[in-house]
Amino acid sequence: MVTNDTIGPRGRRSNRRFRERGGVSVYPATFEYFAPTSVDEALDTLERFGDEAKVLAGGQSLIPLMKLRIAAPSALVDIGRIDGLDALEERDGRLEIGALVTHADCEKSDLLRGRYGVLGATAPLVSDPIVRNRGTVCGSVAHADPQGDWGSALLALGAEVVAQGPDGERAIPLEDFCSGPFMTALEPAEIVTSIRTADPGPRAGGTYLKLERKVGDFATVGVAVHVSLDNGTIGRAGIALTGVGPTNVKATAAEDALAGAAPDDDAIAEAARLAAEAAQPLDDVRGSAEYKRNVVRVYTERGLRTAIAAAQS
Amino acid sequence: MAVAHEIRGLGHSVRRKEDARFIRGKGNYVEDISLPGMLHLELLRSPVAHARIVSIDTSRAEALPGVVAVVTGELMAQHSLAWMPTLSGDTQAVLATDKVRFQGQEIAAVVAESAYIAKDALELIDVEYDLLPAVTSPQQALEPAAPLIRDDKEGQESNHIYDWEAGDKEATEKALAEADKIVELETFYPRCHPAPLECCGCVADVNPATGKATIYMTSQAPHAHRTLFALVAGLPEHQIRIVSPDIGGGFGNKVPIYPGYVVATAASLLIGRPVKWIEDRTGNLISTGFARDYHMKGELALKDGKMTGLRVNLLSDNGAFFADAQPTKFKAGLFHIVTGSYDIPAAHVVTKGAYTNKAPGGVAYRCSFRVTEASYLIERLVQTAAYELGVDPVELRMKNFVQPEQMPYESATGFLYDSGDYPAAMNLALEKLGYDELRSEQAAAREEGRLLGIGVAFFTEVVGAGHGKEYDIAGLRMFDSAELRVHPTGKAILKLGVRSQGQGHETTFGQIIAHELGIPYEDVEVQEGDTDNTPYGLGTYASRSTPVAGAAASMISRELREKARKIAGHLLEVSEDDLEWETGRFFVKGSPDRAVTIQDIAFAAYTNLPDGLQAGLEGVHYYDPPNMTFPYGAYAVVVEIDRGTGEWRVQRMVAVDDCGVRINPMIVEGQIMGGLTEGYGIAAMELITFDDDGNCIGSTFMDYLLPTAWETPVFELGETSVPSPHHPLGAKGVGESATVGSPAAYVNAVIDALAHAGVRNIDMPVTSDKVWHALAEVGLAE
Ligand SMILES: Cc1cc2nc3c(=O)[nH]c(=O)nc-3n(C[C@H](O)[C@H](O)[C@H](O)COP(=O)(O)OP(=O)(O)OC[C@H]3O[C@@H](n4cnc5c(N)ncnc54)[C@H](O)[C@@H]3O)c2cc1C
Repeated sequence: MVTNDTIGPRGRRSNRRFRERGGVSVYPATFEYFAPTSVDEALDTLERFGDEAKVLAGGQSLIPLMKLRIAAPSALVDIGRIDGLDALEERDGRLEIGALVTHADCEKSDLLRGRYGVLGATAPLVSDPIVRNRGTVCGSVAHADPQGDWGSALLALGAEVVAQGPDGERAIPLEDFCSGPFMTALEPAEIVTSIRTADPGPRAGGTYLKLERKVGDFATVGVAVHVSLDNGTIGRAGIALTGVGPTNVKATAAEDALAGAAPDDDAIAEAARLAAEAAQPLDDVRGSAEYKRNVVRVYTERGLRTAIAAAQS
Repeated sequence: MAVAHEIRGLGHSVRRKEDARFIRGKGNYVEDISLPGMLHLELLRSPVAHARIVSIDTSRAEALPGVVAVVTGELMAQHSLAWMPTLSGDTQAVLATDKVRFQGQEIAAVVAESAYIAKDALELIDVEYDLLPAVTSPQQALEPAAPLIRDDKEGQESNHIYDWEAGDKEATEKALAEADKIVELETFYPRCHPAPLECCGCVADVNPATGKATIYMTSQAPHAHRTLFALVAGLPEHQIRIVSPDIGGGFGNKVPIYPGYVVATAASLLIGRPVKWIEDRTGNLISTGFARDYHMKGELALKDGKMTGLRVNLLSDNGAFFADAQPTKFKAGLFHIVTGSYDIPAAHVVTKGAYTNKAPGGVAYRCSFRVTEASYLIERLVQTAAYELGVDPVELRMKNFVQPEQMPYESATGFLYDSGDYPAAMNLALEKLGYDELRSEQAAAREEGRLLGIGVAFFTEVVGAGHGKEYDIAGLRMFDSAELRVHPTGKAILKLGVRSQGQGHETTFGQIIAHELGIPYEDVEVQEGDTDNTPYGLGTYASRSTPVAGAAASMISRELREKARKIAGHLLEVSEDDLEWETGRFFVKGSPDRAVTIQDIAFAAYTNLPDGLQAGLEGVHYYDPPNMTFPYGAYAVVVEIDRGTGEWRVQRMVAVDDCGVRINPMIVEGQIMGGLTEGYGIAAMELITFDDDGNCIGSTFMDYLLPTAWETPVFELGETSVPSPHHPLGAKGVGESATVGSPAAYVNAVIDALAHAGVRNIDMPVTSDKVWHALAEVGLAE
């Protein structure tokens, strides 16, 4: 015997809640709303509610989940009024992306061209202008959607998540941050205050290629590529994949194969083959696993060519 | 004519009168209606596709503060309202009592002080289900061992619904036997959804003192709905008033009656307060009228390159209840227009319908009753035939077109095409496209390893039903009406039985009056949608408003013009026979200065009448068209395919339409562009599909994809104009042409890029994944 409550989650997220509860909703459940003006005040509120509370940044993932009643937090802590979280700047050769920096801020920023090209190419491919105007980079990373674009771009470039909690600040390497779909190393009473990238290298370039069914869709496949050159050969290569695994996937074998190699067709083809091997795609409405794996290969090749050309110029 | 310009009748692209309020947010949609004491209704829907309902416990929901009532099928059954008739003569559950038969089916409703409380209460209703295996395809449904879906129907022993046929079987078999080539195509037109941006909803207000039921609802056919409400609910018809306020898109989705309307009305009647039900997006996508879901096989017989016969086999997936919205006598709608634009002497269409555990309601999504499926099949089949014969697809079409001198032309399945010059439209499209140069470009690109495709589709539609003798909906003949009242100061009000959902009726119909009577279109108020103050009509769908109600508006204007002539004679002191009409005025033959304007006449109709003539200048006309109209067009698409990802991008889209006389060319072009966009969406991405358990995939706009401005191709429009010989204005209806005609053009373009390698079919939506698999199969993938 099954009931409306026990029919288990199967399949896609938009449908899951529907199967569980016999309906989706445009009306969220009741919640309390807080708008602190300092990180400390925010942390206090978070501590008070424990895992019943949720940080609200741009709301572009959280609000839809609440409207579908997949999420029903009893308190929202809106960090939007906290001063000092909106920096997007280079410090000591590394880019600092504050918690309130939106996708649109990145899209418009000159900083994100050139050496940070992988980030610059990603920003305009995140959803549509409406979502980009409100959604934040840190929120996207904190949300840990395996189909999120920023996770791949930042993994390819190298980054750490800076979090503040009751016990102070800590920096978590991005590789260690996501443990599964929508799962992170963040404690309930911690706030991501910024993301700090690695130094891209003096001669570097990058790009992001995204296959989507239409504008505003999540990636069927995304491939982020970052390359730094060292005297004409490849110094460091970063390759990460979207939509083909339980988290954004770092294609380590492909990266390793490129390090120290000459940036020629053979090296590119081999790296693309290895990246395709690293993908863990599933069959779904967006396409077959075989198809997605092929797109990873094609995009890795195309992305490497673009990134190398950018680094060389 | 200077005066014609001022009054702006036919042929003027005046701005749409209704847009002033829409653009400023001053429209009045069902959701905007708020009545004192109004309650909110939310529906509990089945999470599974097929299950027996063991029990429904509403006690926890009823205990929630703010909940006024929980309605179940059992309660509805006490009022004989647990089931309702469909537009196809079947029955449909209003709230499930015995079984649920598709995911999303309505099970119970909560009526509460707010929509939030109602939603909270839904989670407190405990339903126990005994799961049954789900039937998710018509092929599976018709297997002997398939679970019986409609065990509620006496005598129903399988999932088979109907067999229906059209045309001449023997003649077609003979043509096939004598053919020197038979070309086959099997293709599936998948389930898609009209997805109007405004979902369905209503505010039902049954006055407990007077018993009068006022129902504000998203209805494309308010008068027919009033009659159906009267028949189903047993309410006296004069006590029912349906008001269809501003409608945010219909596309066929708002033709049927849905459980939400019925339950809200019943709840208002029982509780004595107004009840509002507003469907959410998922509710709309998973439970209301879908479209298509047709498995089609076509066989085209050819002899010396001439088409001699066409045989079609159809298998229709109708969902859990047969609720297609279509004329009563036609189980497959007007699919038998399938011979399309070609002179094919013999044709035979066989259709079978089956129940499945899917949502009911095959509506004509921006199409005149299955004409889209027909047009798609013949245009894909003709394209296939060209590749099989090794001739150019355009050449094959040209050779087989019904020729202008054959008009009016009787098709093998019995339609009488009213008019048309197909070669002229085709030639114009080819010229705009630069067809021959493009073919050379395609060959050159192929040398470089690039894949270009040029797809053509030439459609002929049949729209504007009736005439009423042959075409009816639930017995109601498909006429339509117009009531015109000219006020003493020469301003007018026009009331219609149809209902605009965005088509611009307030402008177009004003222009018809302007053309016929010379009253400037700004001076004509057009009213629709309120059954208490508009004449009876069958509503707006199937491109019928201009062909039928537009004709009625012309006819009543002409009747009033004859009365005006009498008054003019009286005013000018001459005999009626000495008067001549020119738009807006009568003058005395031979002395154009001796004239009275329509405004002078209107004033006299109330102030200075000849003896024996009734006062006033008003009247109503019911128009039953002598025939359908047959708009047509030539569409051509150029695509390039990415061999690495299978993505296809539209480089060019040329659309030449002939819809006869264009009343407001801007509105016509808007309709065409909208339809071309929807056609692209259907060809490229729109899909309601189901997993093996009957779970609907495509239940939100994250899964049911609609094209945005970014994906939408740039359209290059062209026009020819062969007036309809039987419509008073020569107009043919255009609302659906582009949705009907364009999907085949897009798909043909993709296939054309791959045809040299032997690819003949990719079913819609033509996703990049499917294209890549096709590329890989023939060795063209990067
Ligand atoms: C229609 C649509 C399409 C989209 N398409 C894409 C797409 O193509 N690609 C893509 O990458 N994304 C897409 N998104 C998601 C979008 O990028 C979100 O903006 C992003 O995922 C979340 O950022 P946010 O600021 O809106 O976070 P919110 O929605 O406010 O929060 C998301 C989650 O992160 C937590 N969180 C947010 N900020 C912090 C913080 N500073 N510290 C701790 N926890 C925090 C919240 O508690 C919540 O759990 C789409 C969203 C929509 C609505």
